[in-house]
Amino acid sequence: MDNRTAASAGERAAQANGTPEQATGTPALVQLEGVSKRFANIVAVDRVSLTIREGEFFALLGPSGCGKTTLLRLLAGFETPDSGRILLDGKDIAAVPAYRRPVNMMFQSYALFPHLSVESNVAFGLRQDRRPKSEIARRVAQMLALVQLEGHAKRKPHQLSGGQRQRVALARALAKHPRVLLLDEPLAALDKKLRGETQFELMNLQDKLRLTFVVVTHDQQEAMTMADRMGVMKEGGLAQVGTPAQIYEQPNSRWVADFIGEINLIEGHVVDATASNGLAITSIAAGRLRVLGERNAVSSGDRVWVALRPEKVRISRERPPVTDENCAAGQVYGIGYLGDLSIYKVRLDSGLLMKAALANMTRLIERPIGWDDRVWLHWPADAALVLTD
Amino acid sequence: MKPHVRPAKTTPRQLSWGARIVVLVPYLWLVLFFLLPFAIVLKISFSQTAIAQPPYTPVFDPAAGWEGIKTFFGALSSDNYALIASDPLYFFSYLKSMEIAAVSTVLLMLIGFPMAYGMARAPSRWQPVLFMLVMLPFWTSFLIRVYAWINILQHDGLLNQLLLALRLVEAPPAWLASDTAVYIGMVYSYLPFMVLPLYATLEKMDETLIEAAADLGAPRWKAFWLVTLPLSMPGIIAGALLCFIPIVGEFVIPDLLGGSRSIMIGQTVWTEFFLNKDWPVACAVAVVLLCVLLAPILVYQRMQTRDLAGSA
Repeated sequence: MDNRTAASAGERAAQANGTPEQATGTPALVQLEGVSKRFANIVAVDRVSLTIREGEFFALLGPSGCGKTTLLRLLAGFETPDSGRILLDGKDIAAVPAYRRPVNMMFQSYALFPHLSVESNVAFGLRQDRRPKSEIARRVAQMLALVQLEGHAKRKPHQLSGGQRQRVALARALAKHPRVLLLDEPLAALDKKLRGETQFELMNLQDKLRLTFVVVTHDQQEAMTMADRMGVMKEGGLAQVGTPAQIYEQPNSRWVADFIGEINLIEGHVVDATASNGLAITSIAAGRLRVLGERNAVSSGDRVWVALRPEKVRISRERPPVTDENCAAGQVYGIGYLGDLSIYKVRLDSGLLMKAALANMTRLIERPIGWDDRVWLHWPADAALVLTD
Repeated sequence: MKPHVRPAKTTPRQLSWGARIVVLVPYLWLVLFFLLPFAIVLKISFSQTAIAQPPYTPVFDPAAGWEGIKTFFGALSSDNYALIASDPLYFFSYLKSMEIAAVSTVLLMLIGFPMAYGMARAPSRWQPVLFMLVMLPFWTSFLIRVYAWINILQHDGLLNQLLLALRLVEAPPAWLASDTAVYIGMVYSYLPFMVLPLYATLEKMDETLIEAAADLGAPRWKAFWLVTLPLSMPGIIAGALLCFIPIVGEFVIPDLLGGSRSIMIGQTVWTEFFLNKDWPVACAVAVVLLCVLLAPILVYQRMQTRDLAGSA
């Protein structure tokens, strides 16, 4: 199924795709094979190989300037790759201009035509295809109903609110029923509350229309909520591709682990790579560590990093029953109260700063753990992950 | 110490004294320097020519009181307008001016639009330079530049020398004293007035709109036709009016480059004033011209207010 003939795609890309991918059984729709794009001296996209399957909600996530928007523009046809191939339905679309690609884009700025009514904006693409008038009218009405803007057909874009404009842009991009819908930061211009609602609307819409969505975002929460799979981009390349859970729970590098959510990284050396009760690691910062789970190819003596999400760290004032492994003592250095959670920053006796998140289960104003309290951090062996990169 | 906070007491309906003065000054200016001279011209246009100083009657005599006002208004007549209506010379003169202005405006649009488009799409560090180049001709006197064109277009001028050298013509064609020369002069002189408003609108236009059009299936030319052109309409209208209106009344260019055969309305006014010494007819011609030109100005004003109301 995954006919990636990416021998030329470079080791880096192959490695990026090396993480286990969920086989959904749908055929590949978009294939990028070693695609590169440079502007003057800047490599915007660096040997990216990627397969996006039919009906998938795929998110490209990365910090600003990582090349995710350029990748989207390559798919739309606004940029041509310097090297590599882009296939849609198995056919190379390098020579197909943007206006002939069965791909539509929702722009970050929405790019609604200010001189045209909502209705004409949505009809624009259909008119280019010279569809019959009755069909255009029907399709426009259908699209406006889909985004709940039936009453606004005659309005001009400037007479709409930000959220309404966003929905017009979506309706316009969906009107031609594209093979792939590209969304460039679709929710960035909305306020937080509306953004949350719209995320679910987009997911429902994608599910209902059975379209393939490729969304670019810098907001990891947004990507993780909406996407079936996501690609994390770093400096033009794909750092990791996988489901949101895979990326969060099994990041393939310290960079990805650190980029997605909060993480504690403890540097150490492998003591025993073969023990049946998990990988034994010794660290200066937190003593002896044991990590259970799928093990990366490590052998005794290797330098590794134990990655631990704050919500998987338990924090207590009482000494835990077992203290010789996965346990460290320290002093509370700072508390971040987030409402639902409290983040405790703890300075271990070794000097390492670690974070532990605790759900605020009760409505106490005074938390049992306060500043400068002496606390114990501990975690089960299956909570952490070993990283070598 | 508590900071002194003055409550904002000005609302759009209740202007403060300072705001009133700011609004009043330009109105006073307009009344003084536009409305008043126009009233004088209007009055003269209803007078009769006379061999006197000033060369028309009646002259308002404030010393005669109420009786003076009555005789003054009694002596006014619309004879001059009747003359303009009856003599086809004036009609053709207006027509010729309109024709030259219309053709020039179209030519200016065809030349100015690509220029403005190129400027707006040029790298941003080049734009001030290009902008400067468009403005550069203003640094020399308009009259000198028109005389320079006489030099270029005359029988043994630069243009003919070039054409002969390139063997494009057998004998030097006569450029001067023709409509062609007038068009060359008009297009050359008014180009900045066309380019600058077009540049202002094109420069503001969002490039992603063109990409959006392409994304939705419109090739480049169609995206231009469906998006760029409608969105640059304010600039097109402003540029067209800024060129059309002064060209209709243009005197220097047709007089110097067009010779006696092309009689534009500006030349007619000049002839009436300085050759015929008929101030009343000259004024009547000018008033009619103003009324003719008021139409496009009013259309433009209406469009502007509609735009303002639309974007509010």
